[in-house]
Amino acid sequence: MKKGIYILILFLMAGFIASAQQIPAKDQSEAIVLVGGTLHVGNGTVIENAAIGFNNGLITFAVDVSTIKLDPTTARIIDIKGKHVYPGLISPISVLGLNEIDAVRATRDYRDVGQYNPELRSIIAYSTDSRVTPTVRSNGILIAQITPQGGVISGTSSIVELDGWNWEDAVVKMEYGVHLNWPGMFSRSGWWAEPGSISLRKDYISKIRMIEAFFTQAKAYSTSKVKEKNLKFEAMRGLFDETSKLFVHANYSRQITSAVEFGKKFGVKIVIVGGRDSWMLTDMLKENDIPVILTNVHSLPSRSDDDIDLPFKTPKLLHDAGILYCLSYKRSWQQRSLMFVAGTTAAYGLTKEQALMSITSNTAKILGIEKIVGTVEDGKDATIIVSSGDVLDMRTSNIEMAFIRGKEIDLDNKQKALYRKFKTKYEDQGIYKN
Amino acid sequence: MRGNLRLGSLAVRWGFSLLLLLVIGQYHGVLAQETFPVNGVHNEQQGSYAFTNATIVKDHKTQLDKATMVIKDGIIIAIGYEVKIPKGAIILDLEGKYIYPGLIDMYTTYGIPEAKKKESTRRAPQYSTNVKGAYGWNQCLRTDFNANEHFKLDTANARKMRALGFGSVLAFRADGIARGSSVFVTLSNEKENEVVLLDKASANYSFSKGTSTQNYPNSLMGSIALMRQTYLDAGWYAQAKQNEEYNITLESWNQLQDLPQIFEVRDKYSVLRADKVGDEFGVQYIFKGSGNEYQRLDEIKATNGSFILPINFPKAYNVENPFDALQISMTQMIHWELAPSNPAFMEAAGIEFALTTSGLKNKKSFWKNLRKAIDQGLSESTALAALTSVPAGLLNVDHLVGSLEKGKIANFLITSSNLFEKDNIIFQNWIQGQPYIINNVWNDIRGTYELNIETLQPLKLKLTGKYTKPSAQVITSDSTKKKASFKKQETLLTITFDYVKNKDDSIGQKVRMSGLITSDRWSGRAQLQNGNWVNWSATFVEPFEQKDKKDKKTTVKHTIDQVMYPFSSYGWKEKPVQQSVLFKNATVWTNEREGILLNTDVVIQNGKIHAIGNNLAAPPGATTVDASGMHLTCGIIDEHSHIAISRGVNEGTQAVTAEVRIGDVINPDHVNLYRQLAGGVTTSHLLHGSANPVGGQTALIKLRWGYSPEKMKFENTDQFIKFALGENVKQSNWGDLQRVRFPQTRMGVEQVYYDVFTRAREYENRWKAYHSLSKSKRKKTVSPRRDIELDAIVDIMNSEMFITCHSYVQSEINMLMKVADSMGFRVNTFTHILEGYKVADKMKNHGVGASTFSDWWAYKYEVIDAIPYNGTILNNVGVVTAFNSDDAEMGRRLNQEAAKAVKYGGLSEEEAWKFVTLNPAVLLHIDDRVGSIKIGKHADVVLWTDNPLSIYAKVQQTYVDGILFYDSKKDLEYREMINKERMRLMNAMSGAKSKGEKTTPPEGEYDILYKCDTIESEN
Repeated sequence: MKKGIYILILFLMAGFIASAQQIPAKDQSEAIVLVGGTLHVGNGTVIENAAIGFNNGLITFAVDVSTIKLDPTTARIIDIKGKHVYPGLISPISVLGLNEIDAVRATRDYRDVGQYNPELRSIIAYSTDSRVTPTVRSNGILIAQITPQGGVISGTSSIVELDGWNWEDAVVKMEYGVHLNWPGMFSRSGWWAEPGSISLRKDYISKIRMIEAFFTQAKAYSTSKVKEKNLKFEAMRGLFDETSKLFVHANYSRQITSAVEFGKKFGVKIVIVGGRDSWMLTDMLKENDIPVILTNVHSLPSRSDDDIDLPFKTPKLLHDAGILYCLSYKRSWQQRSLMFVAGTTAAYGLTKEQALMSITSNTAKILGIEKIVGTVEDGKDATIIVSSGDVLDMRTSNIEMAFIRGKEIDLDNKQKALYRKFKTKYEDQGIYKN
Repeated sequence: MRGNLRLGSLAVRWGFSLLLLLVIGQYHGVLAQETFPVNGVHNEQQGSYAFTNATIVKDHKTQLDKATMVIKDGIIIAIGYEVKIPKGAIILDLEGKYIYPGLIDMYTTYGIPEAKKKESTRRAPQYSTNVKGAYGWNQCLRTDFNANEHFKLDTANARKMRALGFGSVLAFRADGIARGSSVFVTLSNEKENEVVLLDKASANYSFSKGTSTQNYPNSLMGSIALMRQTYLDAGWYAQAKQNEEYNITLESWNQLQDLPQIFEVRDKYSVLRADKVGDEFGVQYIFKGSGNEYQRLDEIKATNGSFILPINFPKAYNVENPFDALQISMTQMIHWELAPSNPAFMEAAGIEFALTTSGLKNKKSFWKNLRKAIDQGLSESTALAALTSVPAGLLNVDHLVGSLEKGKIANFLITSSNLFEKDNIIFQNWIQGQPYIINNVWNDIRGTYELNIETLQPLKLKLTGKYTKPSAQVITSDSTKKKASFKKQETLLTITFDYVKNKDDSIGQKVRMSGLITSDRWSGRAQLQNGNWVNWSATFVEPFEQKDKKDKKTTVKHTIDQVMYPFSSYGWKEKPVQQSVLFKNATVWTNEREGILLNTDVVIQNGKIHAIGNNLAAPPGATTVDASGMHLTCGIIDEHSHIAISRGVNEGTQAVTAEVRIGDVINPDHVNLYRQLAGGVTTSHLLHGSANPVGGQTALIKLRWGYSPEKMKFENTDQFIKFALGENVKQSNWGDLQRVRFPQTRMGVEQVYYDVFTRAREYENRWKAYHSLSKSKRKKTVSPRRDIELDAIVDIMNSEMFITCHSYVQSEINMLMKVADSMGFRVNTFTHILEGYKVADKMKNHGVGASTFSDWWAYKYEVIDAIPYNGTILNNVGVVTAFNSDDAEMGRRLNQEAAKAVKYGGLSEEEAWKFVTLNPAVLLHIDDRVGSIKIGKHADVVLWTDNPLSIYAKVQQTYVDGILFYDSKKDLEYREMINKERMRLMNAMSGAKSKGEKTTPPEGEYDILYKCDTIESEN
């Protein structure tokens, strides 16, 4: 009896520890096969009744169950009948780990002083201990590009997996993106009680000239023998040898057009982030092979005359034009709803599988990690999620299992712990009715 | 002025004007001030004039042909036919010319120094007035300002206004909410003492705080509340007769009440807002409009107010860059097209108005714009009235000016023709009996002259072109034409041209001529190219004949039918009407005991849900909607929204602002209303923001797209008020300057409540005591001062107004319930309430409901413990729970938010759906009428393509009161229409540009989306 109490106490303590902080997963120690679920590969195809095997962190097969023979002695076989398997979802633009509480300055680490800061590296500020990250991860987002903000050039982003003891553990791809905020074209006047108007900025052109000057110097620096080291230009090198990409944050049509021309002029690969007006420019985007990260799907149209569902159907318009695009979502804590943003696009023209690609394989391609993640295919990382139902619809989206490189991820989070704590309180009072 | 006259006296060719001007050249001093000592010899001269043979337009209705007007000492002493001309009068023959009354602009700042804003050195908010002296509490109230004490002659501006034909103006200072009194003056250049016709002509108001550096009010609803409270204060002050306090602001406010009350607004809806305040206090304002009145003509007319209308019509936009042109909305473009029709539409609606130059950046565009308005159907007689008799009447100066009648001041114009004709010329503008020469071309010198220059062959000189500035040609006998430079300064002529003998003469020689005009013969000396001096003369042969310019400028006349309601994209032109509809075979989410009914029919009729069942027959005239595979629900109710609010959601300048009302500032024109209908929302609770512990009173609206603000309000509902707790009211995240206002801690917040409730109780008791006095005693006693802020608090304590309180952490939630308990009332709703799950049991005991976010957190410190399971826990403990948006974007996806209660915490779909329908209806005390599909309830219903909780669900139709306000099919038509209309208007603008109209770069409209904590403009 006494022993039983101790065990109970130990169990409860373990529970409390777990609720305070999730422990990073251990490496995959045995082969695992998920059997009987519906596999959404992430490339548009679906395998009903699939078997997905993975070992040592890599997927060894992802096939129809009927095509293979399962051997329970060589692998742990998990029956997931009726459930759905997806590639781990990817958030392409995120301040997770850089920002804990929006309003608390001490917890904001995504923006520094100055306008041209390519040397700032988001990865070193990335906190694996954020309380926000587990709430995002438990909804199925397993990879994110941690992106600095602000200024003209905000800094350099890196791609991480959302589990790990520290940023070195978590990193998937170091310093992949340089982030350029294209100058705004419009300014507002007046104040709320006496509003003015929105007009074209007069300093727009001069701002672009400054950016061009900076890139001209950076490019010259990258090709010449260096006498004095310039940390800012060092951080730009990758752009000119195409080991990194320039993520240009721009929404308005003329900004996007200028940004594409700019990319051509300096011979750098660019990705448009924001891209509200990208649907008007599909020919140009296609011709120049420019991908788009749409950040404004769950948004109001930017103009009162726009079709009221324009943001919802923009992905469909890009898809039809053959533009490579993916989806992103607002603030760090909101990213746990990224899959519902994709779900919306399926209500406005895309198929569910196409919608899924915009948060998995398309994203992987744009981030240059398509060889390791983004689809559930033989040879790729076993970075996958299992949902009890359609992951894109909150009626059914419920992540039961998640693996990053085969590691089984703790899906608990602070919020679930608080839920249990207070539910128990009211159940004990006898006033909680389920 | 004298200079003008002297020049004028030379500008004559025919005798009479020579005489006239020689005489008036000496004329001055009629207006000399009696009380002023004279340095020198008195030179006062009385003058009388008779103007004969003129076409006299006495007023907008009466025109006398070949009539005579006699003025004496600046006053009209006779007008009409068979007028006796007094001896000694100077007679002026105005054959062929017109006389009009001098124009009146009743909205200028002429001669009044502009108020300058004192740049405050500290940027922390200024809570109290910085005006020293026995004035009122708020700097925006400048009732003590009397324009007559500050008026100074401004000859430069007077001259500009006279040139347009104005003879008298009202002048006021455009600063603040109560702007004091105005002065009515003529535009004469005489000493101020002579020029002022009426020292206090009107009291002027606006909703703009002007140069006030005090922070209250910083929203439109605050300005309105300030007006209201000031009326009450002034009434009380009058009754108290300085026994309570001496207050110059209120004293002057009361003195101003007998004057015409002029209210300036920026928008058509502010006309309605001001009118409502006026009605509450028995005041009918004259409205200085903004020019968009035509967009709500019926409501505008119903105010019964007269208007002062600007004619500063918008310029066309430059739409050359199609991307930039997207920045301009369709409605901006339509307004460009329709604005010149505003006066015509107002006239057709029978609304009385005056016209003003106010708002014209370049006053010279006055006539051009006025003619535009006339082209659009404004009648000339109304236009004339709007510039003469109407302003005179409105300002009670019609015994002095506004028409030409015996006894009135001699303010009049002499013109070449009908005043409104394109080529009309104003020759002279007489003010108080003194002439000002406007166009120094009394006579038309255009025509053909025989030109004889000694030693040269006879030539012809032809003057054509503009009346005021003719262009010249010299023609030989063989019709060879040479351009000549022609200059006429008074009677001095300078002509230069290249003389040729005939068309074969290719060399030519320069001829330089100088001469004088004497009667109708011109003569002088010329110097030829060889240096010889010769005589020349020119004799008039025949007048210039204007070629009938084929007036092919066929102006398209616009009609009021082009206006859509609301004046927004997706507005309708044909008012949607209530329908009877049979929905066949729908999945019906009843929210009642019946639960979700499959394959069920629903009939709506007369705006109500009429029947629910199977195989229902369509009522006569009903539309049948095949709803198989679709879901029918009641409309979504958003308990916490900030859409459709004009100019400020927070009056966050004081800790308690219970006096402000969102209901005063509803803006029905916002396209988000339509977008939310498309998201299935039918009712929205518009809340004041959360910047202070006691915010403003809320407004509950139905999304009746296109209706007026008042008609959007949900009828017969309880009044709610916004409270707020935590970081916003503590100003925690507003920066270090915002550390002045109490409270800055949660401890302080509690005391704000105790204080205001305690004060309110005492206030109520004072009134009770007063009311319990006998009638006779009451008459002798000064009543307590009405305080609309405390009125609201008293209502809360008496459960006649209900609190919806922005809240986050459990301590403060508990605190407010304790405050309420101790004051004997109940908190109705906690909104946001993200830690409600921690005190769900206490909330249940108190009987308060919860209106929360589905899954928001981590945006500020106080939501660090927010969890998406909050709604489920609260609901399962028995607290009435809703999900709200607080966000214009999320407001159109509330069905998805409801579904998150299924995801987080596993609530049943039926219960989750109630989070955005029935439960908010309960919280808002309207569940007897909306919130479920039940016979007799309002037909606020939504037809969905799928399970409404699904991410894949889209709205097919949304009805409010049985009226189809959103229809996905109709929506596609709107899109096409918007596209077409945009292209049409862009082409029209390009056309205007190519015709030489000035354009302006693309400028969008400012569109602020409010959230609770919107406290500054989003720059």
